Amino acid sequence: MNAGSGIGPSGAARPRLAPHVRLSFDARRARWVVIAPERLLLPDETAVEVLRRCNGDASLDDITADLARAFDADRDEIARDVGALLRDLGDKGIIVA
Amino acid sequence: MSTIAPPPLALQAEITHRCPMRCVYCSNPLALEPRSRELDTAEWCRVLDQAATLGCLQVHFSGGEPTARSDLAQLVAHASAAGLYTNLITSGVMLDEATLATLATAGLEHAQISFQDVEVTTGDRIGGLKGAHARKLGVARMVVEAGLALTVNAVVHRHNADRVAEMIELAVALRASRIEVAHVQYYGWGLKNRASLMPTRAQLEHASAVVEAARERLRGRLVIDYVIPDYWARLPKACMGGWGQRFILIDPAGRALPCHAATTIPGMIFDNVRDRPLDEIWARGAAFERFRGTAWMPEPCTSCERQEIDWGGCRCQALALTGDAAATDPVCWKSPQHRAVRALAQAEAMAPGDRFVYRGAPQKAPV
Repeated sequence: MNAGSGIGPSGAARPRLAPHVRLSFDARRARWVVIAPERLLLPDETAVEVLRRCNGDASLDDITADLARAFDADRDEIARDVGALLRDLGDKGIIVA
Repeated sequence: MSTIAPPPLALQAEITHRCPMRCVYCSNPLALEPRSRELDTAEWCRVLDQAATLGCLQVHFSGGEPTARSDLAQLVAHASAAGLYTNLITSGVMLDEATLATLATAGLEHAQISFQDVEVTTGDRIGGLKGAHARKLGVARMVVEAGLALTVNAVVHRHNADRVAEMIELAVALRASRIEVAHVQYYGWGLKNRASLMPTRAQLEHASAVVEAARERLRGRLVIDYVIPDYWARLPKACMGGWGQRFILIDPAGRALPCHAATTIPGMIFDNVRDRPLDEIWARGAAFERFRGTAWMPEPCTSCERQEIDWGGCRCQALALTGDAAATDPVCWKSPQHRAVRALAQAEAMAPGDRFVYRGAPQKAPV
């Protein structure tokens, strides 16, 4: 959304969770949570699908293609949404590329 | 009457009140718990297990100075094994490379180190410990070298509010992933020094502008959390994310508190983890039920659309400033006492006072 993000628009970037950030399933609440230093995020279902693919191996292009396949959705639309989400998570220090 | 509480997200484990620092803004109570009354290792381990079962996802080891306890690594390892994400809230002055390595191996994820200034003279004077600032700088570097996440907690007040830009630069230089630029909140011991710490309105505005600019500039590199001084605010903070909604705090002697300063409120009954399991205390303890939800609220909260956003603000602040813990936090512009609080902030910010009162010492500054 804003310029100057830690995560650029490059489809070759390989996003991953920042050090000491965990994506884990909270059995007590029956939902995924993101746990970071003194912070907690409750990602919605879309964000969970993206975050689970941010493993440092898959490129942004790979992730987009995979999501477009899995949800039978328009690739460009997915690319826009994923890009915006990852920029936001990058600003929050949750994702690094 | 009582609202069903969702499980807490985090446990604040105040494992000791002992501390080598004597910060003039210390928000701990005037009377500290002695070592002889502290929960022992086994008791803390039981509390950590109960917290994890109850639904806590994180534990914040704090104090006092949590590293003053020799069993800290044991507690970190236990918390970690119970599935809790572990944070250490520390002054840093008692840490060294060996201890940090042990804590990292035990499963510690993150350390937050407080800084009283970027300048050694003011820093040591505010912290009441000579040599503290230099030690903190060294330890912050060790934290990053040990592979842990680092948060710089920059405590802001009248004597350093003009150096917020330098504080943020310090966090970058120390390779912190996050900085909390936190104006002093006046509780406990800190209330005694309020008139000597209160920033001016102009200082606050300058600091806020610096933070905004830095956020933009450091986007994606450094997370900047900002806490403004309540007395200058128009809307109260959602203290603890709402009383009995998100956090449970255990004090060194095992009392379960909805917030750090709740013991200042008269007539409260606090359960002790020595006597009662944590899930019962959370769900049905008198202290947690007292201000949970919205049923206790007076006007103007009752008819306010923000009642489940700020939850009436801070109970301890309402008590300190109005004499009534069940009043609307007077920081709120809708409170009948709001103007008096603003006038107080103005008067104290303009007061020349910079004579600090230190814990355990006569009135004079040590350095």
